Amino acid sequence: MITFERVSKRYPNGREALTNVSFNIHNGEMVLLTGRSGAGKSTVLKLIALLERPTRGNVVVHGRNTRTLKARHIAAFRRRIGVVFQDHRLLADRPVFDNVALPLAVAAMPLKEIDKRVRAALDQVGLLGRERSLPLELSVGEQQRVGIARAVVSKPPLLIADEPTGNLDPGLSLEVMRLFRRFQDVGVTVVVATHDLHIVREFGQRVIVLENGQVHGGDGLDTLPSVVATR
Amino acid sequence: MSLAVAGAWHLQALLGSLGRLARSPLSTTLTLLVIALALALPTSLRLLVTNAQLATGNFANAVDVSVYLKTDVPLAKAQQLAQAAGQRADVAAVTVIAADKGLADFRTYSGFGEALQALKENPLPHVLHVLPRATDSSPAALESLRRYFSAWPEVDLVQVDSEWVMRFNAILEVMRRLLLIAAALLGLGVLAVIGNTIRLEIQGRRAEIEVTKLVGGSNSFVRRPFLYTGVLYGVGGALLAWGIVAIAVAVLGDPVATLARLYGSRYVLRGPSRDDIEILLGAGAALGWLGAWISAARHLRSIEPRA
Repeated sequence: MITFERVSKRYPNGREALTNVSFNIHNGEMVLLTGRSGAGKSTVLKLIALLERPTRGNVVVHGRNTRTLKARHIAAFRRRIGVVFQDHRLLADRPVFDNVALPLAVAAMPLKEIDKRVRAALDQVGLLGRERSLPLELSVGEQQRVGIARAVVSKPPLLIADEPTGNLDPGLSLEVMRLFRRFQDVGVTVVVATHDLHIVREFGQRVIVLENGQVHGGDGLDTLPSVVATR
Repeated sequence: MSLAVAGAWHLQALLGSLGRLARSPLSTTLTLLVIALALALPTSLRLLVTNAQLATGNFANAVDVSVYLKTDVPLAKAQQLAQAAGQRADVAAVTVIAADKGLADFRTYSGFGEALQALKENPLPHVLHVLPRATDSSPAALESLRRYFSAWPEVDLVQVDSEWVMRFNAILEVMRRLLLIAAALLGLGVLAVIGNTIRLEIQGRRAEIEVTKLVGGSNSFVRRPFLYTGVLYGVGGALLAWGIVAIAVAVLGDPVATLARLYGSRYVLRGPSRDDIEILLGAGAALGWLGAWISAARHLRSIEPRA
């Protein structure tokens, strides 16, 4: 499903964010990506969602090599990936319904079908009935769940999340992670970048540790405390 | 995707664009006004040319051909010739001005009455006064009429008062060119105004565009509402331009009619025709679409989602 093959990424400012990174993520896996701030977690997610292309090496997602994918195919490629951000990236001037409906709108789905799917997605994150609210009328945790509803509404086979619990208190964080696990239970591949050790311990079926842009030896949890910052 | 679904989404984009324009009425109105003025100017010029053309059509009554016969041609022969000329399709009316009548008029109007008394005999010939048909007052038609009369052996001289018609047509041609230049320049202006307005809107909706691209919105999906906005600006500006021109025509109507009456014409100022309006609205829509497209192509490409 996701293959990183000797991937390096150097940004235009000269900073090398990833060096020679290789790993595989299989269909239906839930993988936690962890490491200090700046270790390259976000870069890995950007490369998966084709927000960036690798400088060297290959990133293959859903059988598509992002290095060679033509610009006109990028939109269709992204429609098969749900993305959740730490700052949730909701459109403040649109009600919850419109925000969640956006991925279906860009796929030109019939309005009736959209209505059904948006309600189903909001129901899954426990926000049914808040369709007409504006994002700022919701609590931070609710906003994050709207962002998750938007990411899953089109039922993508892959869900990626960048620090989805970064702004949430421990209780809410666990709630959000349980939500991700429920998606995994129905077959969605989930990749979550987080530096929250507690979450890593609780949900880390498989953990990829990044350190200075490289994969830290093995998938073991034993060495974790030394590489993950105590932030 | 079915046609109905695609239509529904286009309608959605159109309504969304309309809604956004309605939400900032002041800036929308100002932009529309600028576009309207830029479109109203060439439209007015076009009306001016059309009206001038129609008016000269009516003034054809004032264009006449004087056919001076040789002095030895008798009045009966003159009347016979007049009848023959009257049969021609391009001739509206022929009047014979007999030499005696001509002399009498000359005496009355010229102020040479005393001097003319001294003449032993009438030196004036009989004259045919020919009115061309209104539709045949072009310089070419008048020239063919002149040649027709010149060929008669009884004719001494044909005088066509067509110089002013030619001058007027030349002026009209200059105005037509001016119209083209003004239309081209102001069209570019409309493109620039709409392009810039769309650029500002794209900047203002940057976050939305990023998120839309992130969830898999294609370039055409992202571009669509901006194209509709451009077309709405263009068509809205054109409608407003129509209003401006209609008001101008209403204001000018009476004075123009009075002016025409003073020249012995019953000419009434024409407003824009159906064709004029169709061209105006079509040009507005096309310029709006094109301006938005150029701007969107330039500025949307640079907006890519960041994580």
